[in-house]
Amino acid sequence: MSRIPLYFALAACLATMPLHAKKDKNPPAPAKPAPYPSTYRAIVSAPVLLRNATVLTGTGERLDNADVLMQDGKIAAVGKNLDAPANARSVDATGKWITPGIIDIHSHLGVYASPGIAATGDGNEATNPVTADVWAEHSVWPQDAGFAKALAGGVTSLQILPGSANLVGGRSVILKNVAAETTQAMKFPNAPYGIKMACGENPKRVYGEKGGPSTRMGNVAGYRQAFMDAQGYRRQWDDYNAGGRRGDAPEQSLKNDTLAGVMRGDITVNIHCYRADEMAQMIDLSKEFGFRISSFHHGVEAYKIADQLAREDICGALWADWWGFKLEAYDGIEENIALVDRAKGGCAIVHSDSSEGIQRLNQEAAKVMAAAKRVDIDIPPEHAIAWLTANPAKAMRIDAMTGSLSPGKMADVVLWNGTPFSTFAKAEQVYIDGALLYDRGNKALQPKVDFLIGQEAQP
Amino acid sequence: MKRHLLTIGLLAMASVADAQNVLIKNATVHTASAKGSLNNADVLVQGGIIRAVGPNLANPANVPVFDARGLPLTPGLFGGISDIGLEEISQEETTRDANLDLKTGESGLIENLRPEFDATLAYNPRSTLLAVARVGGMTYTALGTSGALLAGQGGVMRLDGGDEPMRRTPYIIIGNNSLGQSGASRAAQFMLLEQAFKEARAPTPGDERLLTSAGRRVLGQEILSDRFLVYVNREADIRQVLKLAASQGIRVALVGAAEAWRLADTLATRNIPVFIDAMDNLPASFDQLGATGNNAALLQRAGVSVSFFNGNDASHNARKVRQIAGNAVAEGLPWQAGLAGITSAPAKALGVDARIGSIEVGKTADLVLWTGDPLDVASTAAGMWLAGKATPLVSRQTLLRDRYLAPDNGLPRAYRQ
Repeated sequence: MSRIPLYFALAACLATMPLHAKKDKNPPAPAKPAPYPSTYRAIVSAPVLLRNATVLTGTGERLDNADVLMQDGKIAAVGKNLDAPANARSVDATGKWITPGIIDIHSHLGVYASPGIAATGDGNEATNPVTADVWAEHSVWPQDAGFAKALAGGVTSLQILPGSANLVGGRSVILKNVAAETTQAMKFPNAPYGIKMACGENPKRVYGEKGGPSTRMGNVAGYRQAFMDAQGYRRQWDDYNAGGRRGDAPEQSLKNDTLAGVMRGDITVNIHCYRADEMAQMIDLSKEFGFRISSFHHGVEAYKIADQLAREDICGALWADWWGFKLEAYDGIEENIALVDRAKGGCAIVHSDSSEGIQRLNQEAAKVMAAAKRVDIDIPPEHAIAWLTANPAKAMRIDAMTGSLSPGKMADVVLWNGTPFSTFAKAEQVYIDGALLYDRGNKALQPKVDFLIGQEAQP
Repeated sequence: MKRHLLTIGLLAMASVADAQNVLIKNATVHTASAKGSLNNADVLVQGGIIRAVGPNLANPANVPVFDARGLPLTPGLFGGISDIGLEEISQEETTRDANLDLKTGESGLIENLRPEFDATLAYNPRSTLLAVARVGGMTYTALGTSGALLAGQGGVMRLDGGDEPMRRTPYIIIGNNSLGQSGASRAAQFMLLEQAFKEARAPTPGDERLLTSAGRRVLGQEILSDRFLVYVNREADIRQVLKLAASQGIRVALVGAAEAWRLADTLATRNIPVFIDAMDNLPASFDQLGATGNNAALLQRAGVSVSFFNGNDASHNARKVRQIAGNAVAEGLPWQAGLAGITSAPAKALGVDARIGSIEVGKTADLVLWTGDPLDVASTAAGMWLAGKATPLVSRQTLLRDRYLAPDNGLPRAYRQ
């Protein structure tokens, strides 16, 4: 992203030297537009006023008997007794709760779609331990029935990641959870890319008998070599860009483009990593190559280094209670998220990694709150909601656009039948950019993917 | 704070060695029986057995009193069909014992038709999974085995550290999950089952090809009267299972049963219980295109006995069965049926209801006290009694938690006990 402004700055500079420019036999190459751009367009809708609800803003506040006004696809106002434009649709939300749209930072919807068969297994390019060149968006199948179920659970944005077979799995894509025929039409506009990396057992297991890495030290050597290779590449391109893109462009490499983007800070870093000691190694890796880790994913041992994660400003994107399926997940505890959260400056995220879990991230958070209570850690709803809204937005660097109910943000909003932190909570209405795209009481506002059309087994 | 004190109270009680007497006063007793829920009720336990349930019970001598302060009390919960004690770490082969994986030649038939395989022989009651399940309020489970078409036997196990199954349960696996090992066709699965039952019942001398002699004995005699737990999802396959059950005269319960709601009336008429994962609402395979979150509610409304199990992370997250039941309630199942689905209904379907599954006089006193609605994830187990014995809600997980919560004492955490 930083390359483009640099190029424009140089171009402006050159424009003041017309003589030179006219005779230039070596003109600057034009900037290429970002490929595979988002074609998402918000659905236009009249203003909506949700009245008299308990509102969790995502910014730590709880407002009782408050209203939320959505207008032109944005949050227009939150507060008591709001005035609405004449054309606003007014919804009595008495007794109900309102939160920002839920954001899942770790989903494989579309890349491991339902039905889970070989034909839909598009999440791991398990042919090379470093596939920084692959982009998850080129695997996403928009007809995955899981998207609609996630929407019914209040999910309005989600990051689709490659799987964890590889040391570097490839680029993620952030989607708005809208039904569409193409992935581009779901792609969150102006969201940065993420990269998926993986520690520990998975790469070891997948590549142990396919040429390696077969050990954790092999894993770390693999990351280091990949970034070392990309350093030279980055330098060549940075020099070329700084020199006004004249002469022959350096050779382009998809793989190194992504890794260079990571080192430039353009691409957020998501690392699948379970053990505390391995997370610490990855932090040192990030320092060796000068990038920032945005979030550790799964991190079942994050509680062991909660203070260090907070100090490094790294979020823990975690499950409420998964454990034991691998040795590196053996030390899981039900208070993991609460302990990461409670560290000073800690950033806890509830993630799903599951087509079932993504439907009930609110319940996952409720489990954590209940477990924390057993050890006298009281977490109020207005705080916990950030685990599924503002914190993932921050880690995905879309927090200027969504993740809270602050005026001016995208009107991504969930209306719940009561407190979200309960088994019995249900998202009644889900708004994306101000448009009502899920209504539990209205079948006409419940999307159904093509795959399920005409399936007589369906209800 | 209140909850914490309660737990401590129970811990103190646990130090009274082997005390199996207790009078639990002032609980909201969810009996999971025809009596439903009783407010301000007491439960008297003597010798590990429930002796009385009702208001204002007298306190016999030498019976300690526990004041529940109005909190909900339920029977110990069913942890689903799991590999608890049969699997420590899912991806570590050396810690997994639930499924038979004999290499017996190319056909693999003998491997797949081993009804004599008894997974409970590998049960390890010291597995960390037991205590984790107990912390979640689970007190019994059905050990499963699912490696093949005629997978063998599991058993019903109380999670009290004993290793004797209350009874054994034979398994049959239909559909996707055993297709690769049974002729690559659902039709082959039913063909093989039919032939195996026939061979077990009336072997033709010299033509015994499918089963071992032990297998014939087990299938033809020992387990024939037990209820077979049949993993099956697709409506058409369920129909064939019902035909098989009728033709072979065996009793079955359906497990998975994603499309069972389509046959709800038939299942009710034929008294066939189902074990379902109420959170399976996606077309996860071509066997489950009709999966819906309403499955439990539709079945129950038709009169089918509905029990719950965790179809995905069955062992390590057995505790999730409670959330699964709660979600079925959120999707329209009556609350009492939701509770029954993780207490009395599975006990009955598994044939252990004479001893466990409800708070009724004469039953084993496996009881759990809750901080709130036991079907809501916002609640946690606050106390547990196994056969009347107060059982600390401590697991490897709570101990790790406490180690990392403890204040720094200048030494590495490894010195914190």
